[in-house]
Amino acid sequence: MACIEARGLRKTYGSATALDGVDLRIEEGRIVGLIGPNGAGKSTALNAILGLTPYQGELTVLGRDPWTQRDLLMQDVCFIADVAVLPRWMRVSQALDYVEGVHPRFDRAKAEAFLAKTTIRASAKVSQLSKGMVTQLHLALVMAIDAKLLVLDEPTLGLDLLYRKSFYDTLLNDYFDAGRTIVVTTHQVEEIQDILTDVMFINRGRIVLDCSMEAFASRYVELMALPEHAPAARALGPIHERQVFGRAILLFDGVPREQLAPLGELRTPSIADLFVAVIGGPSTSASMGAAA
Amino acid sequence: MSTPSYAAEAPRPRAPAAHTRPFFWSLRREVWEHPALYAAPLTVAGLILVGFLISCASLPQRFSAGLVLDPAMQAARHAEAYHFTGFAIMLTSIVVGLFYSLGALFNERRDRSILFWKSLPVSDLTTVAAKACVPLVVLPVFAFAIATALQLIMLAASTVVLAVNRLSPASLWSQLDVAQNGLLFLYSLAVVTLWYAPIYAWALLVSGWAKRAPFLWAVLPPLALCLVEKMAFGTSHAGGLLMDRLGGFSAGFSPGAFTQRGVVDPLSRLDPARLVSSPSLWAGLVVAAVFLAAAVWLRRRREPI
Repeated sequence: MACIEARGLRKTYGSATALDGVDLRIEEGRIVGLIGPNGAGKSTALNAILGLTPYQGELTVLGRDPWTQRDLLMQDVCFIADVAVLPRWMRVSQALDYVEGVHPRFDRAKAEAFLAKTTIRASAKVSQLSKGMVTQLHLALVMAIDAKLLVLDEPTLGLDLLYRKSFYDTLLNDYFDAGRTIVVTTHQVEEIQDILTDVMFINRGRIVLDCSMEAFASRYVELMALPEHAPAARALGPIHERQVFGRAILLFDGVPREQLAPLGELRTPSIADLFVAVIGGPSTSASMGAAA
Repeated sequence: MSTPSYAAEAPRPRAPAAHTRPFFWSLRREVWEHPALYAAPLTVAGLILVGFLISCASLPQRFSAGLVLDPAMQAARHAEAYHFTGFAIMLTSIVVGLFYSLGALFNERRDRSILFWKSLPVSDLTTVAAKACVPLVVLPVFAFAIATALQLIMLAASTVVLAVNRLSPASLWSQLDVAQNGLLFLYSLAVVTLWYAPIYAWALLVSGWAKRAPFLWAVLPPLALCLVEKMAFGTSHAGGLLMDRLGGFSAGFSPGAFTQRGVVDPLSRLDPARLVSSPSLWAGLVVAAVFLAAAVWLRRRREPI
């Protein structure tokens, strides 16, 4: 069953178009990275999925319309907007009491077990916690909720490296399974590269790339061309070229590795490399988007 | 790069859904967030108590002097002190309620905590209903409990002081009808709360709408409306409506209830029949309901500031 399905999803703010006909399908049990530059429509897309904003077009989340059936939907959907949203006046124990009181699928013992591994005291107020600890608290609350869809919008923004690493480790080891779906947006692409099962690029309100990580590795290849072979490599139609230490690095979409191997060193590009190729960079054109 | 192996892990079995009480916990968290709801009336009660205890020094003289008055007059005098207490605590509650309402749907958007509240299965209707219940139910209940407790403490203190001075508190007790005073206060609280319901609802609506300065947005447009009407047509219907809303709760009391002095049966001042037959009361309640419905609608759509 598709966890999220959108067809022709549109959203405009006055004359500005935030979502310009988004089509996407996210299956159950996937971890999807939604990557895009600032203002590309990521947050608008997530807000539509979470029923926080009205939209045009078709959208179903877990088989429900997120705008008209939001109250029901939120029993199965969880989200972390960013680190600053836990109310500062709240005590840790109050947060546990409150979520236990309103959420039918909250397992308090699980949240407490997670918090016991941290230095967060139950009597502490959120305003007394560091940014990293607030995120740990929020993660503890969210992981103890037996939700089917978890949406993370820049969940590790402003955290130091240790907290960021443990955030994703915990999520994978203690939370994720085939019955759950995670959608995450972040600018720190390299951090989530290895945990994703799918990646989507969004730019100017459109999905410009939608690819599973398996297909990603077979489809995209980066060639560090030997200087004498650079013209031959360019003739094969790279989607992007950059220069590093005077050598041409060319990114190919769907060109067989055997064909490229004689021309230089091959490697699978990082998501960040592909992101620059598809969305940013002076050498790209609008037609690159069609490659997806 | 291959799909990570953990993706194949089987789903964990789901626990059955637990019973929840979203409204109760929404109300509870409002009280957690706003200790002023009870701290402010408690502080006023504390100050009154301090003043009262100081005045107890002269109580025996006053009491003795009062004994020559006729009993009904004495009762009125004693009751006055208790009425003042209730009035002060009620006024505090109203001020706290207004400021609470002006912040209730504004602060959560400003500090973005609305995104946390909205990540949980609590509907906007439940949330706004809980927030409206604070000035309409929680504050009056707190005010009544605190004022009643204070009046009992004051009565006990008077009794002790009189007893120590070998004066019989019997006349104090016989003339002061604690239950009747409680009833008077409860009725007054209910009338004023019902009468002010559209004001609280307006404050909640503005707090859910304004992007900044909800206080100014709540206060200035109605005043501007009065001013424009006066300048344009020389009339003051808007001003009249506003004044009726602020002071019209006298409809709950018999005519002249606030100017009569001396020997009157206190309960005769209450006039529930006049209250429920006042179109102003019902119009106000309808307006309050419309404002609250609009606040629910807005909370669904407004984004963090």
